Amino acid sequence: MSEHDKKRETDAHTGTETTGHEWDGIKELDTPLPRWWLYIFYACCAWAVVYWIFMPAWPALPGLAGETDHTRGLRNHSERANVAMALDALDAQRADGFAALAGSSITEIENDPELLGFVLAAGEAVYGDNCATCHGVGAQGFVGYPNLNDDVWLWGGSYDDIRTTLTVGIRSEHPDTRFSQMPAYGRDQLLSRAEIGDVTDYVLSLSGTSADVGAIQRGATVFEVQCASCHMADGTGDRAQGAPNLTDRDWLYGGSREQVMATIHRGPYGVMPAWESRLDEATIDALAAYVFLLGGGEDATAGPTGQ
Amino acid sequence: MSDTAKHGMAAPGISRSKAEAVNAAETRELYKKREPIYPKLAHGKFRFAKWLIMGLTLGVYYLIPFLRWDRGPDAPDQAVLVDFAHGRFYFFFIEIWPQEIYYITGLLIMAALGLFLASALFGRVWCGYACPQTVWTDLFIMVERLFEGDRNARIKLDRSPWSINKAWRKTGKHAVWLVIAFATGGAWILYFHDAWDTLANFFAGTAAPSSYVFAGVLTFTTYTLAGTMREQVCTYMCPWPRIQAAMTDREAVNVTYRIDRGEPRGAHKKGDSWDDRGDCIDCKQCVAVCPMGIDIRDGAQLECIQCALCIDACDDIMDKVGRPTGLITYETDDNVDRFVAGEAPRYRFIRPRTLVYAVSLAIVTALMLGALITRTELELNSQRDRNPNFVRLSDGSVRNGYTVNVINKANSARVMRLEVEGDAAINARILGVSDDQPDQIRIGADRSQRYVVYLTLPADAIDGPSEDIRFRVSDIATGETATTPSVLITGAP
Ligand code: SF4
Ligand code: SF4
Repeated sequence: MSEHDKKRETDAHTGTETTGHEWDGIKELDTPLPRWWLYIFYACCAWAVVYWIFMPAWPALPGLAGETDHTRGLRNHSERANVAMALDALDAQRADGFAALAGSSITEIENDPELLGFVLAAGEAVYGDNCATCHGVGAQGFVGYPNLNDDVWLWGGSYDDIRTTLTVGIRSEHPDTRFSQMPAYGRDQLLSRAEIGDVTDYVLSLSGTSADVGAIQRGATVFEVQCASCHMADGTGDRAQGAPNLTDRDWLYGGSREQVMATIHRGPYGVMPAWESRLDEATIDALAAYVFLLGGGEDATAGPTGQ
Repeated sequence: MSDTAKHGMAAPGISRSKAEAVNAAETRELYKKREPIYPKLAHGKFRFAKWLIMGLTLGVYYLIPFLRWDRGPDAPDQAVLVDFAHGRFYFFFIEIWPQEIYYITGLLIMAALGLFLASALFGRVWCGYACPQTVWTDLFIMVERLFEGDRNARIKLDRSPWSINKAWRKTGKHAVWLVIAFATGGAWILYFHDAWDTLANFFAGTAAPSSYVFAGVLTFTTYTLAGTMREQVCTYMCPWPRIQAAMTDREAVNVTYRIDRGEPRGAHKKGDSWDDRGDCIDCKQCVAVCPMGIDIRDGAQLECIQCALCIDACDDIMDKVGRPTGLITYETDDNVDRFVAGEAPRYRFIRPRTLVYAVSLAIVTALMLGALITRTELELNSQRDRNPNFVRLSDGSVRNGYTVNVINKANSARVMRLEVEGDAAINARILGVSDDQPDQIRIGADRSQRYVVYLTLPADAIDGPSEDIRFRVSDIATGETATTPSVLITGAP
């Protein structure tokens, strides 16, 4: 033992030196470390230096390390580049799925479990990123934003119809956008308040939710003159014009008497962007198939009001 | 002056060693340089048992990857295989999917409890006999002995200057070590891909890069840990010696020096009386054989791996001097105290500690066995869409969406019928099935498949806020069935 060691106290029980620290009679043992342990520590220090040389490590003054604000190391490693590579690999991996999707009919998609799984996954991701803000995470819709799960379609519910609607949008800036406009009967004073009330009762009676016989009869006349050209004489609507079916139990802007009146008063003007400029065709295919497969999609052969 | 001259004539055949307990408490210093240990070959029943266990454990390790087990044409035929690529673990007739990882958890809990129980009963039996570190170190020391001789020859060789003789012995030893280390690392990777293929691919240079990495890393660790680090691993790297202190107690049977019999120790000349002295003749054979470089006569120590080689060494000596064997023996601390007090020994294997371990072990084992026996090859679970909770259609009917997951753990593809039980008015639609047989699904061997299912309840059948339903999947060929309950939310008050 060295001179230094001899001065130190040795714990009788363990035979180990103490560090000299003491807390309320509890002393700290200076249990010896094996020397190889120390060598591993030195080796780690050396490794750190190697790492500095090969990997990005130190902040650098602007201009000293090229584009970046840190040393690049000999490997010129960049997590950003790695992410770009990983994304490319992912795209390549998805390419097969998108290729199979292009040109497939919705029946083919539905009957091919593999393709179906791909479409549902891809569509769900695109939907979440782009559509969920307005239509809701589960596509459940909100007042003014259609529920995409049900079987009600303003502009048609076939795979092709949905694809077209996604591509051109509704009342969007696209030249071929789906467009129609309901007059603001109240705000623009096209109908009196009483007439609006009567036509509201008539419209509600179409789905059996009003029984005010007098109002219904007066409203029927108003309806025939003002509304039937778009919503059709029987109120079942016209998809070519995006005019909703008024006989069903679904109400985009609410089905209470006040809500329907308010809708007639102001004439709604809902807008959906045209996705053509933001999503490529394959992505729109996947999105359309996803929306179709939410449960409400219609056969292409179904009639214009095929419900 | 030789040992013999100093101590006089001992009984014939007694060897004495100037063995020093290099890891004894007094000889430690800060950043201690590693003292080489030259364990002497012991002879006796424990050494024999250790040879047997070494042969058995090494045999199991090297041969298991080559065992075959027929699982049909679509599944691998390797009896024990960890198939990361396909997310399967095969163990003879058991096949585990990733979501069944609890079998592995259970196995690890059983192993831990088993270790606790063994420690409470018999101390570090695991360390002494079965731990890979012990087994491979033992094997490497055997090789060392083959090339460099037993303890004294090895000490002499190390002290001698370099010569051809020394060089070839050292080179030979390290070469054989490397071969063993490589075989160890190489066998490891056979557990993760088909063994025969891997073997062929490995030497053709076409195996997976990870195979070479793992084989390399394990070759390196085996070589360093078993060849050059040895007791340092047990003393400084392994957490078990620390945990061990909490697992054992004064009633556990441990390798123990019978202080009551041995002291006062001292050299003994043939023919001398054994009165008024202990049986220990201070020949230090127990120290010479100890692979950990400690002196068992100092009492229980963290370093002791309970390999029992000192028992063999001392029994040998006791036989030769004509004293009863068992001066160093498996004994409890309490019993040594009783011997000192002149009382009879008492063993209590059933103690609160051992009972708790044994009962927990039994419970976990029973649970695992139960889970294994009731494991089915067909599973079904479903998740109802929560957003939206339900969809009201234009005609007033209500639709709920579900994701139904069907798991086929059998090694053959199956055609099954997926149906819903409940209100007869419910109309079911499964996405991804053919239109001719809208309720039939086909699932490949050893696969799971998700289905989107829409259930629609007509307006006139709605008579409450929800209805209980149940999905049922049944194998058309075998009739095997699985069901899972769910509900259909109508949105009605
Ligand atoms: S305990 Fe046994 S082997 Fe060890 S020194 Fe004493 S007599 Fe020799
Ligand atoms: S003291 Fe005995 S049992 Fe413990 S490690 Fe050494 S030889 Fe083995």
